[in-house]
Amino acid sequence: MESVLGRYRNLTILVGVLFLQVLGLAVQVKRSADEQSTRLIRVWAVDLITPFERGLVWGQSGGNNLWHNYFFLRGVRAENRQLKEQIEQMRLEQVRLSEDATQAHRLQSLLAFKEQFIAKTEPAQVIGSSGSDLSQSIYIDKGSNSGIAQDMAVITSGGIVGKVLRVYPSTSLVLMINDQSSGVGAMLEKSRLQGVVRGTPNGELILDRVMNDEQVAVGEPLLSSGGDQIFTKGLPVGTVSKVSAGKEMFLSIKVKPAADLSRLEEVLVVTEKQERAPVAESAGRGRAADILAQRLPSVPDKPATVPAVTPAGAGTGATGQGVGTGTGEKPQPNAAKIVTGIGTAGEVLKKVAQKPAAADSATNAGAGSGTGSSAASGVAPKPVSKASTNAASSATPNVSSNSSPKSANSAEKPITTQPKPSSPQSSLQPAAAEDNPH
Amino acid sequence: MPITYTSGEQIEVYRFSVPVTVGVPLLALFLQAFLPRRLPFFSIFDLPLLVTIFFAMARRNPISGLFTGAAIGLVQDMLGPYPIGIYGIAKTVVGYGASSLGAKLDVENAGARFLVTTGFYLVHAAVYFTVARGMVNLTLEWNWTRGILAGLANGVVGVGLYFLLDKFKQRT
Repeated sequence: MESVLGRYRNLTILVGVLFLQVLGLAVQVKRSADEQSTRLIRVWAVDLITPFERGLVWGQSGGNNLWHNYFFLRGVRAENRQLKEQIEQMRLEQVRLSEDATQAHRLQSLLAFKEQFIAKTEPAQVIGSSGSDLSQSIYIDKGSNSGIAQDMAVITSGGIVGKVLRVYPSTSLVLMINDQSSGVGAMLEKSRLQGVVRGTPNGELILDRVMNDEQVAVGEPLLSSGGDQIFTKGLPVGTVSKVSAGKEMFLSIKVKPAADLSRLEEVLVVTEKQERAPVAESAGRGRAADILAQRLPSVPDKPATVPAVTPAGAGTGATGQGVGTGTGEKPQPNAAKIVTGIGTAGEVLKKVAQKPAAADSATNAGAGSGTGSSAASGVAPKPVSKASTNAASSATPNVSSNSSPKSANSAEKPITTQPKPSSPQSSLQPAAAEDNPH
Repeated sequence: MPITYTSGEQIEVYRFSVPVTVGVPLLALFLQAFLPRRLPFFSIFDLPLLVTIFFAMARRNPISGLFTGAAIGLVQDMLGPYPIGIYGIAKTVVGYGASSLGAKLDVENAGARFLVTTGFYLVHAAVYFTVARGMVNLTLEWNWTRGILAGLANGVVGVGLYFLLDKFKQRT
């Protein structure tokens, strides 16, 4: 026996070393949830390699900063001008989006929805990778000393990157979403179809678990669904790049990641999430109708007197049906259709929406504009007082945009001469009802 | 063909200083972790594998070769997200094979080194693939085209690297 072992000494040692490694591997696979068994030796290896990476990255970024921030400033003024223009455009967009968000929050609060918000992030720099092209993971220069913990989401301004897999005192290992062992709950932005985004051995992204009979368009954005409890809902994941029939009952959908995963330099680690019910904004802050009125073109102030108007039924349905026409002193046969008095655009919209179907042809075009120009509903020409005109003009977009919300709300209550039941056919009804906070 | 069968007496066995023995593998591991983030094409190379083959062939001692491969492979595993031992097993086999081959063949010239490196790259990939699929249940897909191209690329880089590392050789 000894002679056999002596003769095949090298081979015996090889088998022994391999056996030990296979045994260790089997133990780890069996205890896959328990990372503590190999933590210590991983810390040693990471502490051996990452200080050099950190030093090199620090030197590299220092050199880059010196060059870009002190020497190479060509074209900065032009870029600054472009960025200012971009900010102006984004402000306009923000107004629209904030109103949409307010409305959505109002609805969510009605339904008692709870949302997760990103409350706090920690910026980190990418210092290296795992050193294997078969795994898609990166090392960042922040660890438990900076409040990083396992399973925290890692994102960039472009989209999601991955999750923190292992945490060391001053570094962390991040498993990227294109690694074959990762999975992210995702949904398509337009169709709201849900699936799981997985990585492939080649480092590509696929959307899994979408049935073959579903319609998925190339180029459709993909958002996180929040189902994985790591990424908050609504973060960009990527866009659909290719759709084909899969092997089984699911589609094969390739996804182009929203964040450039191969050129990551800085990332954000989501260190704190909050779950709270969205708070509906108070109506005084700004209502949809006010914003709508601000966006519409303004009309110059009208003279103190209102010219003759066309008889009822002959109205062209032009702008400003009954808005800002002053008070009718005598109710006329068709005066019930007139909305008199002053008020905010939303209130006026509501009044107009309450008109019967007969007047809808005129109101649909005119009332929404809220211009307060001329009456068109067969009211006998009446002199309009100066005060009335001025007050009426407060309903115009220009004036309401300049006046404070408080003053707009404190306008006199509109009066209808003969209240009529609201018309179910009026397309303005829902909007007007929504605008009225009462 | 430059690969020739040589008797044991004709083969020179080399050794390396401790700083080289420790520093070169560490440098290879560091570059392998650092460079692919800056130069994505670099991920096709496996510098720790090339270093394993070089030390194994130069020392011409199977036991030394397998332990060198095991050590380098295990450290590489420690840096990655998967269980420790996949690279360790693959590089142990390569270290043993390269040193056994080095003990029997003259692998000092560029052609032999290129062929040996390309061949062991494929052996390494095959062992890794088997262990990763069979034990760790990773869903790897074998790609012959990529494997051969990567093997050839590593062979070319290996030839250059070995001539560089030859400077650190010390005759026993």
